[in-house]
Amino acid sequence: MNKKDRNNNNPFYDPSLNARHRSSKRFKTFTLSSLIFSIAFLAFFLFDIISKGSPAFEQAYINIPVTYNEKTIKNTRTAIDKKYRKIISRAWLRGLPKLAEANPEFMGKTIDTWVLADDQVDQYLKGHYHKLKRKDRALIDNMKTHGKVELKFNEIFFLNGDSKIPEFAGLNSAIVGSIFTLLITMAFAFPIGVMTAIYLEEFAEDNKFTQIIEVNINNLAAIPSILFGLLGLAIFINLFGLPRSSPLVGGLTLALMTLPIIIVSSRAALRSVPDSIRQAAYGLGLTKIEVTRDHVLPLAFPGILTGSIIGLAQAMGETAPLIIIGMIAFIPDAPGSIMEAATVMPAQLFTWAGMPERMYIEKTAAGIMVLLTILISLNAIAIYLRKKFEVKW
Amino acid sequence: MHTFESKNKSRELKEKAIKIALITASTISILTTFGILFSILFEALAFFELRSFWYFLTGTEWSPGIVGSKFGAVPIFAGTIMITFIAMAVAIPIGLGSAIYMSEYASHTTRDYLKPILEILAGIPTVVYGFFAAITVAPFIVKAAAWFGLEASFNSALASGIVMGIMIIPVISSLSDDVIRAVPDSQRKASLGLGMTQGETIRNIVLPSALPGIISATLLGFSKAIGETMIVVMAAGLRPNLSINPLEDMTTVTVRIVDALVGDQAFNSPGTLSAFALGLALFIITLCLNIVSLMLIRKFKEKYKVNTL
Repeated sequence: MNKKDRNNNNPFYDPSLNARHRSSKRFKTFTLSSLIFSIAFLAFFLFDIISKGSPAFEQAYINIPVTYNEKTIKNTRTAIDKKYRKIISRAWLRGLPKLAEANPEFMGKTIDTWVLADDQVDQYLKGHYHKLKRKDRALIDNMKTHGKVELKFNEIFFLNGDSKIPEFAGLNSAIVGSIFTLLITMAFAFPIGVMTAIYLEEFAEDNKFTQIIEVNINNLAAIPSILFGLLGLAIFINLFGLPRSSPLVGGLTLALMTLPIIIVSSRAALRSVPDSIRQAAYGLGLTKIEVTRDHVLPLAFPGILTGSIIGLAQAMGETAPLIIIGMIAFIPDAPGSIMEAATVMPAQLFTWAGMPERMYIEKTAAGIMVLLTILISLNAIAIYLRKKFEVKW
Repeated sequence: MHTFESKNKSRELKEKAIKIALITASTISILTTFGILFSILFEALAFFELRSFWYFLTGTEWSPGIVGSKFGAVPIFAGTIMITFIAMAVAIPIGLGSAIYMSEYASHTTRDYLKPILEILAGIPTVVYGFFAAITVAPFIVKAAAWFGLEASFNSALASGIVMGIMIIPVISSLSDDVIRAVPDSQRKASLGLGMTQGETIRNIVLPSALPGIISATLLGFSKAIGETMIVVMAAGLRPNLSINPLEDMTTVTVRIVDALVGDQAFNSPGTLSAFALGLALFIITLCLNIVSLMLIRKFKEKYKVNTL
């Protein structure tokens, strides 16, 4: 009996069965391929950023004779041979008097020094688009054969602030600005968020007021971030008169955005503490506040911490509201206090991405690598804490 | 008779103070919402005192210069809708497909690995997506269009729309995944027992049951796309352009808000205040989307008695 006959004898035989199975398979393939697409995109994206950004961790230096004396310190252009002028960094020349001051023994001598190269030289050595003239290119090629041109680790990128000279620009002022801003954010968002969560979870009765707060928190979490910038501009800057572009205003604005995240995760953590703990504590005669403070809160704390770290990571990557309150100003030096004008890491990346020089693109991608590394580490810490302190009741 | 009242007056006072502090903290979230609403509303009203509200809604010319400025927001809304639709056309099929695979086909261990990977997409700052859209995707689209003999702008709506769609994938997939898994297993078993294939079970039984939740996730993604700023500021255009060609440059509400506020104009000039009028429109639209989304998910929760969403 062949297959066809067997099917014909079967009262439940469905002639479209094969087609239905094929369709089922097609559907599975579609869902799998959409998942694969997402992951492939992520891989491509990371590859693209890393391949664009990793050259920026190296910076070209050239070894040339530099003359140190009274005259060259006054007129730094004369400290080096004329033919090198086009290929070294203007910013380095500007720092020459300081260098001579730090090394008095250099005075009156001509010393071979490793000098920061111009951004065009740097791009030429890395094989990117450059605007070097043929004469300068020949000079570089010649120096390279003598080992006088080198790509060294780019510490400028981490130690300097922003600069209009591409090879001299670094992330330092933005990193300091980010730290100040996020300290303000957490100083406000963490206590307020945890207190709100405690009130809603442990104290509030189920009345209109509570419901309004709950709906409101869910809403706040979904309001576009740029509108928080409008709030910061209208209230913190125009109404309260706080200084524009300052980490204080930026931090407060981000705190309002981070609040819903902290509240929601803290509530979930408090809810996961079993009622038997509370009842046991009441049974021993503790008041509600004592129960919450000494028993519920310590047990819920790892969960609260995890949620707060995730909120911190989100605040760290936020740009739009900070642009509105002016944190994209040109900040060459790290801010000294929370009232001074500052910029933050993502805002710095935004500024660099809009610059015409090719080297800023490389620096933006490198900055993205730094930012993503920090964000991924923060999230990894959050996951680790959750796993480590997770209690199964 | 004994009373159980505390004899310790100072402790009672302290506890009252703590409770008041907790309530005060809780009201800050309400104050924030009202702060946003009123700060935007007042400045927007100041704008509409200077300029016609009707022309703002129906005018097709937006030119916020100092002299002869015109504020017709139709081309800006059109650009926003265009980019949002491109984003949703990318995010809905891929996000939903990923969610279905993770919840229906993948094993538990696979799912445990896959979900965090998708969540990385959600954790990438939008400024990074914007850089990627402007530096990698936009030039690629120009090249690809030229290959087909078309001309694309370096600020094309397509580039920012596609990247925005990818950003929204995890918003849709994460919530949809939770919702689909909350559909009771008995429904699947009954359907399979009646001889439906797995694909038919998912399409005819599971997805319709999960539909309110899926729509809720989609609306949330929609609201995110409309309010997204950095991607469009970096990759979309600044020129208000009423067109249906996604290869042209277009601008969005958020781009014009940023543009109006980073300029050097006086705060109470119509050019600056127009940002708040646009902000008000953005606030109202996203608020409506969020509320409908929350209502749908609550309905779903009540129907299937789940608390984990």
